Amino acid sequence: MTQAIRIDIDNQDWISGLRSFLATVMEKTEIEAMLVPTRLAVKNRIMPTLVSDPGRLNEADPLSPAFPINGAQQLARLTRLPAGGKLAAVLRPCEIRAFNELVKLNQGKRDDMVIIGLDCPGALSNSDFRAFADQHETPDAATRTFCTAVFSGETDHEALAFTSACQACNHPIPDGADIAVELFGSDPTNGLTARALTKTGEGVLTHLDLPPAEAAPAKRKTIIAAKLEQRKQYREQMFTAVAEATDSIQGLSTYLADCVNCYNCRAACPVCYCTTCVFTTDTFRHEPFQYLQWARRKGGVKMPTDTLFFHLTRMAHISTACVGCGQCTNACPNDIPLSDLFTLVARHTQGAFDYDAGLDLSQRPPMCGFKEDEYGEVVGME
Amino acid sequence: MDPFEPAIIAFVCNWCTYTAADLAGTSRLSYPQNVRLIRVMCTGMVDPQYVIKAFLEGADGVLISGCHPGDCHYINGNFKARRRVKLLKEILPRFGIDNRRLRLTWIGASDGIQFAGIMGDLVAQTRELGPALPDLQMVI
Repeated sequence: MTQAIRIDIDNQDWISGLRSFLATVMEKTEIEAMLVPTRLAVKNRIMPTLVSDPGRLNEADPLSPAFPINGAQQLARLTRLPAGGKLAAVLRPCEIRAFNELVKLNQGKRDDMVIIGLDCPGALSNSDFRAFADQHETPDAATRTFCTAVFSGETDHEALAFTSACQACNHPIPDGADIAVELFGSDPTNGLTARALTKTGEGVLTHLDLPPAEAAPAKRKTIIAAKLEQRKQYREQMFTAVAEATDSIQGLSTYLADCVNCYNCRAACPVCYCTTCVFTTDTFRHEPFQYLQWARRKGGVKMPTDTLFFHLTRMAHISTACVGCGQCTNACPNDIPLSDLFTLVARHTQGAFDYDAGLDLSQRPPMCGFKEDEYGEVVGME
Repeated sequence: MDPFEPAIIAFVCNWCTYTAADLAGTSRLSYPQNVRLIRVMCTGMVDPQYVIKAFLEGADGVLISGCHPGDCHYINGNFKARRRVKLLKEILPRFGIDNRRLRLTWIGASDGIQFAGIMGDLVAQTRELGPALPDLQMVI
């Protein structure tokens, strides 16, 4: 069995090298279709696309800083029932974690599919990506500029403002993938390494007839350690600031003051999976007299109502599954930094149950089980 | 100004705590009228959402009370309730809602005296804590 292979890169052209690797995977194994970020035919934009023709993979672009949606939701659509063929998916680490959470919640399956993960330097918000892409003639040119900036070792990324979620991310390595493509610390002249992390991954790499990988570059470890340290600092500062700003219900409503109840954050959230959310049912189509009653109680009622109720409920429902992908912030039309708040709550709720969302498929979600003898401290009057 | 009277919402299970409340009544025991009982079939059906709603609508304290471990009419609903209360106790205090305002107790069907006693303690404790959201100037 093959553990790791080398992906040859010509002329620093990471993207062409990766495309031919993905095409080889599709041609030499029995994969019917691959879900991969791909440039749109109509515009300089990237969207996850289910590709069945390996020839189309020359439009694939998994290195682009575009992150329009969390692909886990789309992959769940493809895998909730047998699709009639083996699938592969190219995902960011946070997409893999979100998908793992969905698998645990029986919304998708990892059988009969291969997940290829890439080291993730971070992504841009949708508006930042549009501006970045529009500065370039083609999406490929944009991606090449991006790769040169983030992987050449230069630290000057001023033109690239990663999202807050990415700057605070402590899992930039795709540990949950079947095959991990290692980018950090790689020297393109020696090629990139694709490493199998599971039996499925080994099976795929064995069929590829690609040369075995060189030893991992020594600087990989130090680069990752430095990244994690930098992000930890950012995260701690972010958490302190958010905790201070929201230490009362008054503070929380100030934080969420721009919310217009559009529920885009919920639609963009990969782990908020109910097909019908209670907040869009008739339960929240209150009787007109109810609004009047609320207005009378304190002299006024903000409309639309139930804004805080919605966000607090989402915290209770999904914070134990939150993987910190940042799509809630990305989706907010009024620029509320939702993911800063939700990741803070998630850290505490996941910490309380000794749970790490998306990392270990065998760990049951906290709200999906119990032990008879636990958490005695929450019972009783003391 | 009138002394502060806390409003307390209690989600009580049909089989144990509600029956205990009934027993307290038929035994002519009295307990403070600040507690508004909401009968549910099982504490396992109390979505965290209900608790959040109670606080946002002006409750100063919330009690969830069901059967003792092993006595749940639906086998394990009370264990599920315990995890949800644990979850809420991680979320609500971040936003200034003191953990002493949310209680989970097991009160069996024959514990009428305990029921009246716990309601008394709960009201006294919550009265001491004061209003839950004193600064709220409008319903949000």
